[in-house]
Amino acid sequence: MSTVNAHVERHSPLAHHFRDMAQQFDAAKLGIWIFLCTEILMFGGLFVAYIIMHGLYPAMFAEGARWCDWRMGAANTTVLIVSSFFMAAGVHYTQTNQRVKAIQSMILTILLGCVFLVIKYFEWRHKFELGLLPAHFFHYKGAHHANLPMFFSLYFCMTGLHGIHVVVGMCLIAWVTIRSIRGEFNSEYYTAVETVGLFWHLVDIIWIFLFPLLYLVG
Amino acid sequence: MAQNKVAAEAHGHGDGHAGHHIVPMSTYVKVLFALLALTALTVAVARPVSGFDAGIFNTLIAFLIAAVKASLVLGIFMGLKYDKKLNLAIFFTGVFFLLVMLLFCLLDIYTRVHVQSTL
Amino acid sequence: MSATATAHTNDNYLNHEKGLWSWLTTLDHKRIGIMYMITVMLFFFIGGIFAMLLRTELIAPGRTIMGPETYNRIMTYHGTIMVFMVIIPGIPAFLGNFVLPLHIGAKDVAFPKLNLVSWYCLIVGALVAFTSLFYNGVDTGWTFYTPYSIRTQTGVTFMVVGAFIMGFSSILTGLNFIVTVHKLRAPGMTFWRMPLFVWGLYSTAIIQVLATPVLAITLLLIACERLLGVGIFDPTLGGDPVLFEHFFWFYSHPAVYIMILPAMGIISEVITAFSHKTIFGYKAIAFSSIGIAAVSFFVWGHHLFVAGQSEVAGIIFSFITMLVGVPTAIKVFNWTATLYKGSIEFKPPMLFALGFLFLFTIGGVTGIMLATIALDVHLHDTYFVVAHFHYVMVGGTLMAIMAGIYYWFPKIFGRMYSQFWARITFVLIFIGFNVTFFPQFILGAMGMPRRYYDYLPAFTALNRISSIGAYTIGLGFLIALGVILQGIFAGEKAPANPWGAKTLEWTTASPPPHDNFAVEPIVTAGPYEYR
Repeated sequence: MSTVNAHVERHSPLAHHFRDMAQQFDAAKLGIWIFLCTEILMFGGLFVAYIIMHGLYPAMFAEGARWCDWRMGAANTTVLIVSSFFMAAGVHYTQTNQRVKAIQSMILTILLGCVFLVIKYFEWRHKFELGLLPAHFFHYKGAHHANLPMFFSLYFCMTGLHGIHVVVGMCLIAWVTIRSIRGEFNSEYYTAVETVGLFWHLVDIIWIFLFPLLYLVG
Repeated sequence: MAQNKVAAEAHGHGDGHAGHHIVPMSTYVKVLFALLALTALTVAVARPVSGFDAGIFNTLIAFLIAAVKASLVLGIFMGLKYDKKLNLAIFFTGVFFLLVMLLFCLLDIYTRVHVQSTL
Repeated sequence: MSATATAHTNDNYLNHEKGLWSWLTTLDHKRIGIMYMITVMLFFFIGGIFAMLLRTELIAPGRTIMGPETYNRIMTYHGTIMVFMVIIPGIPAFLGNFVLPLHIGAKDVAFPKLNLVSWYCLIVGALVAFTSLFYNGVDTGWTFYTPYSIRTQTGVTFMVVGAFIMGFSSILTGLNFIVTVHKLRAPGMTFWRMPLFVWGLYSTAIIQVLATPVLAITLLLIACERLLGVGIFDPTLGGDPVLFEHFFWFYSHPAVYIMILPAMGIISEVITAFSHKTIFGYKAIAFSSIGIAAVSFFVWGHHLFVAGQSEVAGIIFSFITMLVGVPTAIKVFNWTATLYKGSIEFKPPMLFALGFLFLFTIGGVTGIMLATIALDVHLHDTYFVVAHFHYVMVGGTLMAIMAGIYYWFPKIFGRMYSQFWARITFVLIFIGFNVTFFPQFILGAMGMPRRYYDYLPAFTALNRISSIGAYTIGLGFLIALGVILQGIFAGEKAPANPWGAKTLEWTTASPPPHDNFAVEPIVTAGPYEYR
């Protein structure tokens, strides 16, 4: 008897310890928001370090920000905002049972994530070539400010950690896209799409703050 | 698009299924354009780009615009505006304690008295 | 299905599935709790051996069994193991995991897979941390203060990455508990009907979720400082080492309450159960848990009084730190009032709970002394501090863990243990503890600094007493291990409710069935309906 039940449970999206789908959905939503809260505090540590160091060495940050091309930053901001829009659309189309449109939107989201990473790659390569790196690897000769490597340390830590989140987010979106292609989601059950979407939006929000901090505030 | 809206509303106000709120696509499009416009604005008022200089307010302006953008994403894209208030509370708790950390660190750094060693 | 499960009363979570593999892949919160128990006990054993080695070195001045380099390493491993691998997962992930869903009438925690992942995070993190042993050990102390932790030619990188991974274990447990408490309570189980242990775990979970991410980024930055030269914490690169201490203690001070809040929850359960009397001031105790969790985020600066923090910040932190005394005292007074005119039974859990009351109060009051900035300047980094936090961590948390183990043992394993030998463990641990750590208050007040392998000959007598006390504690815990093992394998069968306690977990069979309750309970009254 128990094997039959186990078989049924594996195929039902409702886990055995929840009363109904609503309870399960609410629990997942609450869980992802708490997780996003931990993400905010983790990135928050870097932001606090940035603000304090910026307060101590404004000239050094002005010198460092000159090496960050605002055109590339603005392009990446646009790319991420549009990708966030498509992710929201993906959730919307899943909610309204428009599966094909949902899948298209999510694939577009992943592609825009790729574009973001490609632009990021060119920015990083430029700095690697010039030697604008954290202190142990810094070999640019024309630095005016003695602590200039610290700007690039913060730059690489912040964009690097953000980049890791972009990659993770793309993998997660790919996962829900595949599940969507298999027809696992509908207007009654789309928890994974929704939660992955929330994660992707948070990645977007963090970049919304990183862009002015690193590229514009000279 | 109009069709979607009808479907969305039919579902959203149907049996009130566990607070699943469906935001119409037209709202998402509006938010998208607002976000792009704000991005253009923040670039336009940045000193390295346009030479616009408001002194120490430059940072503040950039930060405020970013905050407006973030709240648009949070409220509409992430649905906090329509969501359970508990999720909103969790988000603000996180931000609040981040501010606590920042403010106490700043308090220490900016009230230090730099004493020359007398040794 | 659940009705059939109870028809076969032999079917419980322990024999529901068999084999090691069924344990390593289990999603059952009770089994994950047991896995945490074994893990934490193993780490506690290792950390305890290190403690014995430290006390043996300190039995006489000068070099006794090890030199300064070895001493620094053993001290560091004792601290990191006890903090990150024993006390932090100790109550929430072991007893909390087992009891929380039973307490609120749920079938499991909200995210069983994450629960299992969190156990693997602890294991992987611990393995990475222990890898540092092959890279010259770690000699920074468990606090990894910069700039020394950036410069030292030891395996700090492995240790911080290990602690980073173990941090995820803590975050996932906390996340799981918050969602479980909010979403999985049985019908009728309102917030004000939850047992106080649940309130303790809930407050703990809030801290775990809010503070641990900051530790994560701080430890990552330490690793990056060593590998890349980030410079934020490194004065030679323009950074500020005091900023590291801010970041570190923003986590690690609230983490102290991760250790003590669930312990207070256990004490609330045990004291009311063995006084056979309703808890006094239920809401006050519940609110004070949340209050301690909230205040804990505003007081970390008292670790930095002599570290170069500004005087203004020091004074403000000193003042706020005193506030922690308010909710803590509320709890102690309420427990005492619960005892008043209760029908007190001195069963082993109760002995440990009363021991907690006594020792924790000493730990708390000396904490207020240390919060006083003028006094702390004198006592900072002396054995007074060591004695203070051991009174809280060992006298508080470990006594509560022992109380909790002895309290829920019949429920967990469905068997009883030897009451006589359990009482012996209490006597040994309680007396041994005071003999170990009370002299350290005096040593600290006399000015003996902490973290050295050597001391002035004038301190010899008190150090010798302290070491003898440490061996007594060690003996007590070894006997406790014997009591537990004997109970598991040869104890007599326990009834569903051996103590006559009133919370939900005692209404189900011992050990509980796979799904916890035969029928989902419907709650109609508060948790402590004694009289």
